[in-house]
Amino acid sequence: MATTTAPGPVRPAGRPAQDGPPSRRKRRTVRRSYLPYLLLVPAALLELGIHVVPMLVGVWMSLLELTQFHIRDWSTAPFAGFENYRVTFDFDSATGKDLLHSFWVTALYTTLSVGFSWMLGLAAAVFLQRPFKGRALLRTLFLTPYALPVYTAVITWTFMFQRDTGLVNHALDQLGLIDGANPPFWLIGENSFVALLIVSVWKSWPFAFLCLMAGLQNVPPELYEASAIDGANFWRRLRDVTLPMLRPVNQVLLLVLFLWTFNDFNTPYVLFGGSAPRQADLISIHIYQSSFVTWNFGLGSAMSVALLLFLLVVTAVYLLVTNRRREHA
Amino acid sequence: MRESTGERWARRIVLSLLTLFVVAPLYVMLSSGLKPLRDVQGPFTWLPSRVTFQPFVDMWQTVPLGRYLVNSLLVASSAAVVSVAIAIFAAFAISRYRFRGRQLFSVTVLSTQMFPGILFLLPLFLIYVNLGNATGIELYASRLGLTITYLTFSLPFSIWMLVGYFDSIPRGLDEAAQVDGAGPLRTLFQVILPTAVPGIVAVTVYAFMTAWGEVLFASVMTDEHSRTLAVGLQGYATQYNVYWNQAMAASVVVSIPVVIGFLALQRYFVAGLTAGAVK
Repeated sequence: MATTTAPGPVRPAGRPAQDGPPSRRKRRTVRRSYLPYLLLVPAALLELGIHVVPMLVGVWMSLLELTQFHIRDWSTAPFAGFENYRVTFDFDSATGKDLLHSFWVTALYTTLSVGFSWMLGLAAAVFLQRPFKGRALLRTLFLTPYALPVYTAVITWTFMFQRDTGLVNHALDQLGLIDGANPPFWLIGENSFVALLIVSVWKSWPFAFLCLMAGLQNVPPELYEASAIDGANFWRRLRDVTLPMLRPVNQVLLLVLFLWTFNDFNTPYVLFGGSAPRQADLISIHIYQSSFVTWNFGLGSAMSVALLLFLLVVTAVYLLVTNRRREHA
Repeated sequence: MRESTGERWARRIVLSLLTLFVVAPLYVMLSSGLKPLRDVQGPFTWLPSRVTFQPFVDMWQTVPLGRYLVNSLLVASSAAVVSVAIAIFAAFAISRYRFRGRQLFSVTVLSTQMFPGILFLLPLFLIYVNLGNATGIELYASRLGLTITYLTFSLPFSIWMLVGYFDSIPRGLDEAAQVDGAGPLRTLFQVILPTAVPGIVAVTVYAFMTAWGEVLFASVMTDEHSRTLAVGLQGYATQYNVYWNQAMAASVVVSIPVVIGFLALQRYFVAGLTAGAVK
């Protein structure tokens, strides 16, 4: 993913002979050899300052007893060792139990959201492969949810999910699917998970569509023609041509979707207005609540570090497995 | 290759259902902004009882939308411009040079994308507050702090996409310029940048969208004066009343610039993704 396509073997930094006398060429080589580093300095500094250093500080904070008494001057916070981690992973206590519950909710949410988003994206990309009237319009329309700012999309869904004034209950009532006199709540209780999932899929499937569409453009049409001559039907073409050709795109796409969805904060935060109902208590919201409501930043940091470690392990295993499979294929 | 009848019907049904799913919220957003308040306080109606533009007028009064809009515009456009400028240099280095640490840099930058935002939100919040106390540079609750934070959010993906674009520009062009005596920076500005304009515009729009739509940091790192739309738009739900028609009207106004920008440039995004994805 991070390697670029360099034509030919790696070349030493200097230019070939026509560059002039040797002494000049030598000076150039030296100057050039640190030019790439100079070019990277601004980007590296920002990434260090805003991501890497705060992350290390976060790890440090997770080892402190950083409660509301020490927040003004956190150099006074006593060192707590792994106490915060002990609390985090003590699944018999209320704190640990809630965290574990939130983890499972997030895992289920991520699996379903990524799965549906990928399937819808694939269906749209495949069915929009063939030219027909209105194709460009549909493509543009399908990308619109991705372009909308997250919060405007989610505020609109919040309105649609209102029990008495929203579109969802109204439409379900018109279709005769619910009892109009006693419509269900969507944003509290059991249904809140479904509501969250619908909003999440609505917002992420266009990204899957965009990537898969880009991937399909690399499929040579001859492959389809060859398989059509072989008498392959729609499903066989999908299985034997489309999906294998999309494998490199899928490898990156599924990982990116997984990470975004697992870390998703914006959707539940806007949909439920700050605190999520228990059935839809995603891990980011849970950690945010544990930190800012109780002002226990040490514990919040320990939970965040645990989350990062989990994501690192999953990503590493995923890349190992998919790369190996790709090599064997 | 002919399309079988079954396939044609499957295509029609699937695409119709998807259209319905995508359009429903867009329709609610567009139509509810034209409804009088009592329409959105009673049971949902598909059409306004009468069409009114009043919500588009009132929305500026209910919450200080003008201020939020200015804040968001300033933060998102400066974050976009600075982030793309920085990404151009970084992408040029990665695309055109082989040097020690090149791989390490690419991997590190991309992997910061994977950090849970919540992990560095708390430390960054404390760092900004303490840095402000120590040096007097207001980073917490200021547009400057928010801008710096946001520009790092779009940086990894911008670099990645620009490397893809730069790689697709033949090196023959660089070499021709160098034979003419152009140094590396002149090559970048006079040969590569003009050729990569569509890619650069697409990346700028992406960076703008990222900053325009961010919620988590905006909700912690801003106060009443530096508040952006992401938080401000939730103000239409007050303790006594929810002005859904105004919230929808404001959503339309806030969405239009980014949606138009993105849709106008969609094919460059596809091109950028293709360039990135084949690697």
